[in-house]
This record gives sequence, structure tokens and C-alpha cells, in this order.
Amino acid sequence: MELEIGSALSIGLILGVVIITAALLITVERRLLGFWQERLGPNRVGWFGSLQVVADMIKIFTKEDWVPPFADKFSFVIAPGIIMTVVLLSFAVIPFAPNIGVIDSNIGVLFVLAMASLGAYSVMLGGLSSDNKYALLGSLRAAAQMVSYEVFMGISLLGVVALTGSFNMREIVESQADGWYIIPQFIGFVIFLIAGVAESHRLPFDIPEAEQEICAGYHTEYSGMKFGMFFVAEYIGLVLISSLITVLFFGGWLGPAFLPPVIWFAIKVFVFIAFFILMRAAVPRPRYDQLMSYGWLFLLPLSLVNLLVTGVIILSTQ
Amino acid sequence: MEATAETISMNSQSSGLLEQLRRDFGDRILAEQATCEGIPTLWVDRQHLLALLKTLRDDCSPRFEMLFDITAIDERLRKHRGGQPASEFTVVYHLMSFSGNCDFRVKVPLMDADLNIPTIISLWPAANWYERETWDMFGINFEGHPNLYRLVLPPTWKGHALRKEHPARATEMEPFSLEDDAAEYEQQALLFKPEEWGMKRASDSSEFMFLNLGPNHPSVHGAFRIAVQLDGEILVDAVPDIGYHHRGAEKMGERQSWHTYIPYTDRIDYLGGVMNNLPYVMAVEQMAGIQVPERVKTIRVMLVEMFRICSHLLFYGTFAQDVGQLSPIFYMFVERERIFNIIESICGARMHPGWFRIGGVAQNLPQGWEERVKELLDFMPPRIDEYDKMVLNNGILKRRTQGVGAYNTQQAYDWGITGAGLRATGLEWDYRKNRPYSGYENFEFDVPIAVNGDCYDRCAVRVEEMRQSLRIIKQCLDHMPSGDYKADHPLTTPPRKEKTMQDIETLINHFLSVSWGPVIPPNEATMAIEGTKGINSYYLVSDGSTSSYRTRIRTPSFAHLQMIPEISRGFMVADLIAIIASIDFVMADVDR
Repeated sequence: MELEIGSALSIGLILGVVIITAALLITVERRLLGFWQERLGPNRVGWFGSLQVVADMIKIFTKEDWVPPFADKFSFVIAPGIIMTVVLLSFAVIPFAPNIGVIDSNIGVLFVLAMASLGAYSVMLGGLSSDNKYALLGSLRAAAQMVSYEVFMGISLLGVVALTGSFNMREIVESQADGWYIIPQFIGFVIFLIAGVAESHRLPFDIPEAEQEICAGYHTEYSGMKFGMFFVAEYIGLVLISSLITVLFFGGWLGPAFLPPVIWFAIKVFVFIAFFILMRAAVPRPRYDQLMSYGWLFLLPLSLVNLLVTGVIILSTQ
Repeated sequence: MEATAETISMNSQSSGLLEQLRRDFGDRILAEQATCEGIPTLWVDRQHLLALLKTLRDDCSPRFEMLFDITAIDERLRKHRGGQPASEFTVVYHLMSFSGNCDFRVKVPLMDADLNIPTIISLWPAANWYERETWDMFGINFEGHPNLYRLVLPPTWKGHALRKEHPARATEMEPFSLEDDAAEYEQQALLFKPEEWGMKRASDSSEFMFLNLGPNHPSVHGAFRIAVQLDGEILVDAVPDIGYHHRGAEKMGERQSWHTYIPYTDRIDYLGGVMNNLPYVMAVEQMAGIQVPERVKTIRVMLVEMFRICSHLLFYGTFAQDVGQLSPIFYMFVERERIFNIIESICGARMHPGWFRIGGVAQNLPQGWEERVKELLDFMPPRIDEYDKMVLNNGILKRRTQGVGAYNTQQAYDWGITGAGLRATGLEWDYRKNRPYSGYENFEFDVPIAVNGDCYDRCAVRVEEMRQSLRIIKQCLDHMPSGDYKADHPLTTPPRKEKTMQDIETLINHFLSVSWGPVIPPNEATMAIEGTKGINSYYLVSDGSTSSYRTRIRTPSFAHLQMIPEISRGFMVADLIAIIASIDFVMADVDR
């Protein structure tokens, strides 16, 4: 059976690799943080702590799956499922290599944005159904943050779309053969990067789950595998954002021929993942209202100007 | 010589003040009590208390800006009262003057049958918690106090723990058990009821949310609860609730011998280590009349400053962490670890060495200590500079902490704020500089200040203090006096052993002092130091026995926590966390 877009092998491979990568990231992140913070990190289980993730998984699978008696059971149970589903579905349109992918969609970029919007429901429902004050604060913050950062996340991408003339991710990658979009769309890249961190709510924008302020935020009441799904979904989201950056701004699978395209893709994605982890180690967390005003008063106008300038340049060079 | 001159000026100042008070109050003053540490002490009836305190605060020279402490003494079993007015419970008010650089003590006698005294919250808001604690511990009723509830003991507690009839040990009580219904009862008692604190559940436009921050919360630095009233994420009001870390340290002081209490002091501000020993042993030495050798003083200063750096490092790291910066704490723990290694090689223990002794320190400095201290002086400064880049100069951190939780010097006086929190408001006042103890007058160091009094400034002041501490340690290293590591005095503990095999008198004294512990002559003394978190003082009352009659520990954090609602109103939850982080407290220090 040959690898081609949409084949069962391709789909299974992508699903498996994405989930395993996300799980491995738990260990990788802890090791990297340990390295950057002058400490060891988990190094006891397996070779250099590589089996730590197995130990974590065994623990999380065998934990009591507890639903608080005061919670709204239905939404409490489906909330972690939603986030897991939408981030995994987003991978359907990501072109990993010329012959690896799930679907070749003409609305790829829009599909990812739509899925990201649905993700906000998971966080909101999880927080609201918990009937916990910390979870409520967390989900309020999450809703505000995700909804507002989606706006300029979308706008920041439009420059790339305009340059390519297509929403199709494969076409976006192929059109970068002469030069990556990071150069003409640098501002768009920076805005997308920031919005992406906010979207996957990781430090410095982990405001919905700011541990020092509101314990665990929207997933305070979650335990066992339901918590595990939120947890893994965050890492899948991290892989997703890194993949999107790679596809949209760094030429996707393109690279010198001595390595196969999918390896180039993986290397680029890993660099961004490491960058996100480094950011977590280095940067403090802004306040919730500061994040909002930064987004609406600075990033939004900037992304609009970026789009406008891109449009003008495209029109004038035609 | 300088110090002597200052002492004289202080004495003449206080005698002028006493004359003025004698003139103004005449026979309303019950008595004047002589004290061994020289703090003027007046006895006054409760009906004249407010007038006297008001005079002291507003119209006398010098003015006493700060209410330093309120406590009480259960006098019913005390044998040596030395002509003090008849009293069964004495309420003690300790005032501090920063402009005049002196202290004042006012005592009010009360009888067990009528334990009522007016509240002084109208003069100093800081009195609120002190009066609640005194009610909690002694059952003294402060008339007019708005919320005279239990503060340190659980709300369901029976009795008042520091009264002499209250048992001090678990073995004197029934075995502890917690049945389900009793647990339920305790739980219910802890429920926060906004009405008790005069809070509304809703305003005209919105319904408030009451959020229990703690006792278990990632950033309340121990077991500390703040019930906050929220309008959205905006803080309307807050009620700090303490006592979850209470161990009865003051009560323990009444059953331990003078010597065996030293390790307990280590655990008051558990980040301060031997810093806590210092005011305690100084107060005992004051009562016993022990002069410690210069070498002892310098060794003490050196270790105390090392602990100051350790404590500030932990503060610095957690401060950054609470603002969301995850890494600095780990770097700072590396330094802290190295300092602890040095401390361990000197004291034999790391966090709680309990190494100071009455009249000296436990051992001489070990061979090769110079190299290790030199190592500390070499590795620290570049690291502190690096942290400046990482934390203090970070833009996001600045935006999170500048202008948040600010107060001015007057507010600091009103609420009893000392230490870095006071210096951050622009007042250049450091106990080590202004009232040198343990030989600090011989050291050259600066008192860092800041001007805005906000979270950022409190942090910046502490960072600069670490540099100054290093300067002091350097001077200790360069000028360590030779001589003995304990005083030549019969009450030095453990006593000298050299002559015990030569004359029977020394042998008897040695035997008694080691088996029972030293007998400290009847007296009272307050000794304060510039602790890691502010001014820490021990007020000891000796009744001429082997243990203390009353041990009062005034800790800075207690006063600092009381101010949280005042400075955090109108800010957001995230700011509250920054404010809490900037205060630098440990709950063991608050609850004792």
C-alpha cells in the first residue's frame, strides 16, 4: 500500500504520530525546562527519562474518573472531548509532505480557523459546567481571550492567502518554492505567533489556567483521563500551531533534497515547539486586561495595516 | 563612641518626653516602671488610655507614629512584680517613633472580673488584629471593636490559650479525635459569611462573587486564606484569615527552659534561620546582663546576613513566579543551596541551625571558613546582576507590578509596616543603621530605598539589600575579631566547663545550669532586630525561674498581612497575587 493523500495508511499514520508526539512532548517539555532551569527534570524512568510518558499515562488512565456531584454532568463530560476532536480534526488539512495528508481541501485555512473557534466551546463548557468559582473565572478569561485573539489570528493569515491566491494549504506551500512567506509577511508571522500562543493558552498567555492566580482555571475540577484529554489537547494544539507556522510561513515540507520532505517538516515543527517551550521558561504572564488591550489596541490595527499594505503591493505589481 | 552619644541623646529625649507627660497627665499616670532595656514604660488606667496614646501619637516630642505591638500578660501567677500596680491581666502597648528613633510602652492593669478596655482602632487601624489576637489569647474584651472574633485560634476553640490555666501540652488534654459530625461543625464554622464583615452580597448593578483564596492555594505562601469579594475580576474587598499555621510558639516559651527554646525561634520565620535566634538571645542577655565578646557579635552578624540573602532569594524567585515567570526561582534555588552549604559547614544544619546561644554561639568557626565565605562573595554578585536583567528589567513584569499595591509612608505607619515595605515608601530607616545592635555600628553599608511604595519597589529594595548584605559579609570576613565564641558569664549557656573540675562552686553551677537550665533574674526586656521581613522583636518577661513567664513574639508579617485589603481594593485578582507576593511573608511568621 502506498502513501497517498487520504489513504487509510496516511490517516492512521498522522493520527498516531500526532498523538504520540503530543504525549512525548510532555516528557520533552519537562526535560527541556529542566535543562534551561539548571535542574535535571524527569530522568529516572527509562533511558534519560524517555519512559516517563508511559508512567504518566499509566497513572492517568488508572486514576478514578470522578465527576463532581455538583457539576452539570453532560457538558462536563463532553467538554474535554470537544477540544480533543477539534484539534485532531484540524490536522486533516495540514500538508505534511507532498504525499502525506488527510484531505486536500480548498478551504484549508478557513477550516483550521473554524475548528479553533469551536475549541473555545470546550473551555467554556468545561469551566461553566464545573460549578466552581475558579473554573468560572478561568472559562470567562478563556472565552474572552480566545474570541478576541481569533480575530487577528485570522486577519494575520490573510496576507499569505492573498499572496498565494488560495486557501488551500498545499498550494500555499508550493507557492513558497521561490521564497518563504516569512520574509514578505514578517508582521503577519509575528502576529500569528502571538495569537497562536494565546489560542493554545500556554505561558505567557496561559491566563485561563494561570496556576498562581486561579489554581488550574477551567479544568480545576477535572481529574483522571478527562483532565488528561485537556492536557494532551494542549500539546496537540502546540503541535498544530507549530505545523501551521511551518506551512504558512516557513515553506512546509520544502527544503534541500538530501532529506525527505516529511523530515524537513518535522524539523521545522520541532524548532517551533522548542521555541514555545523556551518562551514558557522565560516570559512572565501579563494581566488579563493587559492582554486584551494589547490585542485590540495594538495587534488588531497592526494586522489590518499589514493586510492593507500587502493588498496594495499585490495590486500595484500586477 | 558614636553609639554612646546616640544613647545619651535618646535618654535625654525620653526624659524630656516623660516630664511633658508627667505635667500633662499628673496623677492620671499610675506608675513609671524602670526597664532594663531603657524603654520608658508608663502605667495608666484604661479610662485615660486613649488620651495618653493620642498625646503620644499627635502632640508630644518626639511623636510616636507607629503602633508596634499590643499584647497582654497574665500576671496572676507572677511572683516578682517589683512594685508594679496591682493587676491580673496587663495589656501592653508598644509604640515606635521613627522621627525620634525611640520606643514607648504603655501598660494598663485589668482585673479578671472586669476584662474590658477601649479599642484604639480609631488611632491606629493596625490595632485591629492585635486586639483580636489579645482577645483570642487572653479573653480581654476590647470595647467598640468592630469584629472581635477569633483570629489565630480556630473559631470553635474553647478557652483562651495564653491564660495560665489553659493547658500547654496535648497530654494535659483529652486525646484528640475528629468524628464526622465534629468535622462538619468545624467546616461550617469556617464558612465565610459576608454579613459578619459588613459586606453586601450585591450592589445596584451586579451580584458579587465571594471567592475563597486559600487556605490551600498555589500562591498564598503557606496555609493562608483570603476571602475576596469580587465584582467580575475586580476586587471590592477582602478579609484575610490567618491561624492555619499556629503552633502556639508563645505558649511553648512558657514551658521550655530559656536555653531549649532557642530552636523553636528558628521556626518562627522559617526562612530566617538563626536570624530568629538573635532577638531572643539578645533579650535574654539583656536581662541577664551578659556582654558578649566582639567575635560573637561579628559571627552572628555574618550568619544573619547570609540568612537574609537566602530569604530574599526565595522571595525574589517566588515573586517572579507569582507574576508568571517560571524559571528564576530555580536559578535562585541554586544560589540558596550554595549558601546553605556554607551555613551547614559552619552551623551543622541548613535551614534551622538554632546555633546562637545565650551569651555566644554554639561553636567556634570551623577551620577554612574564610575560603567558603570568600567563595560566596565571588559567585553571588554576577548572579544578582543577571537576575536584574531577567526579572527587574523585564517589561511585562514591570507592567504587572508598577503602580500596583502602592502605599505611602503614613499608611505604612498606620498599619505597622516595617522592613523593606517601609523603605520602599521612601523612608530611609533600617534598624541596623538607626539603632545598631550586635555591632552593626562598625559596618559600612547603605540603606536602599525606593519612592513609589508599590510591588515593584518592594522587590527592588530587597534586591539591593542582598548586595548590601554581601558588603557586610565581606567586612565580617576581613575584620573577624579574634577572641572567644562565648561570654565569660555564669549564665552563659551552656556554661564554661574548664574550671568545673577545680572548684565545687563552679561544678554545682555548671550542673544546675545544664540540667535545669539557667535561671534568669526577674526582669522584662524587648529586643528588636531588622529581620528578613521587617522588624522582629521578642518581649520576654522573666519571673526568676528556668523558663520565661511570658514570651511575646512580634513578627513583621502579622502586621503586613493585615494591610492586604487596604492596598488591594479596586485591583484585579492577578494584582492581588502580585501584592501578596511582594509582601514577603511566611505563615509560620504570622501565626507563630
